[in-house]
Amino acid sequence: MSLAAFRTETRAWLQDNCPPLMRTPAPADETVWGGRNPTWKHPEQKLWMDRMAARGWTLPTFPKQYGGGGLSLEQAEILGEEMRALGCRAPLQGMGQTMLAPVLLEYGTEAQKQEHLPQIIRGEIRWCQGYSEPGAGSDLAGLQSRAVLQGDHFLVNGHKIWTSNAHYADKIFCLVRTDPTAKKHEGISFLLIDMAQPGVRARPIRLISGASVFCETFIENVQVPRENLLGELNKGWTIAKRLLEHERKSIGGIGDRAGGLANTPAWELAKLHAGEQDGRIADPALRQDIAAYAIDAAAFQLTRKRAADEAQAGRPPGPMSAMFKYYGTELNKRRYEMVLAAEGVQGVGWEGDDFSADELRWTREWLRSKANTIEGGTSEVQLNIIAKRVLGLPD
Amino acid sequence: MALVLSEDAQLVRDQALDFFREKSPILALRKLRDSADPTGFSRELWREMADLGWTGFLVSEDAGGSGFGMVGLGQVLEAAGRTLAASPLISTALIGASALDIAGTPAQKSAYLTSLLSGDTITALASEEGSHHNPAAVAATARPSADGWVLDGRKTFVLDGHVATLLIVSARTAAGITLFLVPAATQGVTITRRLMADSRNAALVTLANVHLPAGALLGTDGGGTALLDRLLDRARVGLAAEMLGSACEAFDRTVQYLKDRKQFGVPIGSFQALKHRAAVLFAEIEVTRSAVLAALTALDEGAADAAALASLAKAKANATLNLASSEGVQMHGGIGMTDEHEIGFFLKRSRVAEITFGSTGFHRDRYAALNGY
Repeated sequence: MSLAAFRTETRAWLQDNCPPLMRTPAPADETVWGGRNPTWKHPEQKLWMDRMAARGWTLPTFPKQYGGGGLSLEQAEILGEEMRALGCRAPLQGMGQTMLAPVLLEYGTEAQKQEHLPQIIRGEIRWCQGYSEPGAGSDLAGLQSRAVLQGDHFLVNGHKIWTSNAHYADKIFCLVRTDPTAKKHEGISFLLIDMAQPGVRARPIRLISGASVFCETFIENVQVPRENLLGELNKGWTIAKRLLEHERKSIGGIGDRAGGLANTPAWELAKLHAGEQDGRIADPALRQDIAAYAIDAAAFQLTRKRAADEAQAGRPPGPMSAMFKYYGTELNKRRYEMVLAAEGVQGVGWEGDDFSADELRWTREWLRSKANTIEGGTSEVQLNIIAKRVLGLPD
Repeated sequence: MALVLSEDAQLVRDQALDFFREKSPILALRKLRDSADPTGFSRELWREMADLGWTGFLVSEDAGGSGFGMVGLGQVLEAAGRTLAASPLISTALIGASALDIAGTPAQKSAYLTSLLSGDTITALASEEGSHHNPAAVAATARPSADGWVLDGRKTFVLDGHVATLLIVSARTAAGITLFLVPAATQGVTITRRLMADSRNAALVTLANVHLPAGALLGTDGGGTALLDRLLDRARVGLAAEMLGSACEAFDRTVQYLKDRKQFGVPIGSFQALKHRAAVLFAEIEVTRSAVLAALTALDEGAADAAALASLAKAKANATLNLASSEGVQMHGGIGMTDEHEIGFFLKRSRVAEITFGSTGFHRDRYAALNGY
């Protein structure tokens, strides 16, 4: 099928199948995560997820044999464009899709792919990420959670932290130390652990935004079947790093997501709260700041497009992908700072009828955004990576 | 709009990089400066550039050019920026060629285009009147005479003005801002060279009772604002491409210095304080490259957002070259302060280029206005 025909057909299908409510921006609390015990605010959410999943379009470029959409990169791009044009919400989100699925496809055994990929694509299992530990943040490879191979299973004991939404997750992909005598990068393995068993406990942590999306996860004397080892024993660090690349890509693209502020740019809020003069933001300093941010944001989007266009043209990947996580997350923080600056007093309300629901939500999103440059590797770690791998600066 | 260089553009890029590296290294600019060269660039090299077809990239094929476009010329300018090459590429191959190609009458084209393409005619845009870029602030006047126009005014920052044979002058008529083609030798035109920090050409031009024939009008009476906008947007993006090249070169040299220079027994590039600043600069250069390529492409495609992208590209190039040149000098330490070392040339070029065709603040404000705020 030609790309033009694919576009026509996709547009028609989306128009027929995307429920009207799913064409409105999704508030943060209406993200669809799937899982064994999903929560639905509207029946349309489930309808939309199921319809998209049936076509494999919750992971559009994944092979059809695992339930994926089997689309080419060009087709997936078109699907994305058509979804944006119609304002479609993401039918399903989560770490299963964005992080685990790509490494499962790359490193998984046939049996592992057959078991896990269809569950992720259909939204049946919600995954969380067991990476950081209280003593292993930026120095992730210093992790101490232990797994000891005992015949057909591993015995796992450990303590993970910043496990996003672990209290809602069904399974956790987990970095564990399997050889404490090896160098720190060479004794780590990558395990898939079902959380619905005694010995696994997630405790939510209250954050500066008042929300508790992160948890501490305790794993005590848990038996994990040997076939849940992804990749080779003690070779987990390679997979861990590859997964981080996927994580950085998804965090770096944070500004692309529909919903939230996407439809309320800071300049509109500035006109509303700081006043308007001749159709422009009355405060010229605020106007300059917002324009400076908007210019950087637009240039960043163009850079993502340039990388995609170069890939599509078959050019070797340029060095710019190394900066997406750093630049994208710094921009997202700036975006919320601009929103606050534009709103004035209305931007720093905490509760009560003096503030609109949006204003209260943005205050919290502003606080949440501060984690963007910490999670998935801090900005400083990203800069280290660029300095070493791209610029070749010495250790 | 795909943000990928075509193979043709890639070839031009490679050719231009070789050309400037071999024939016009920074040493050439230093010699022009130290010998107080009266022309300010090499006419011989300029003729070679014309022979390579660069003067005709923005001239349509039926007028004798190649119509290759802004993306192509942008590659040449970026390469020129790498070696800080002084040439009339922007004043003539970009602005002059565009002005004649877009708005020239058949008579104007036949009078000037052939000699512009061959490298003989040098043009200069005379629009600025103050110390800050403001194409709308025109006090120069043009009043009708029996057989044409009479111009009076003063233009402050005319690039390549003192070597130009043809000036493109903005002046106010009863109908509004209007552009005129003024041969530099016309009676009443006084041109004084201004020496700038970057050792590149600029001039002060005064027009006193300058009589011009009716055929000197470029475009329409009162149509100068729109025409100037088109010319300036091309100039802004072309200069942004040049500045991107300069930023890349200053950055590459600085990273190399971080690897070579040892203090405390180790390369200074092993210090995290410098690594992070270098990595930030790398990121800024990459996003600037995207902005410049998008703007060049939008101009060639006549895209609706070409003006906003022009301001985006110039604002970004300004900020990035400012940072790359400042960090370049700082990271080179004491040696970076010497005239003997070349890194200082980038700093001096940066600040002149930043204020040319609009400062960062000017373009942020214009970007805001074009986006409805």
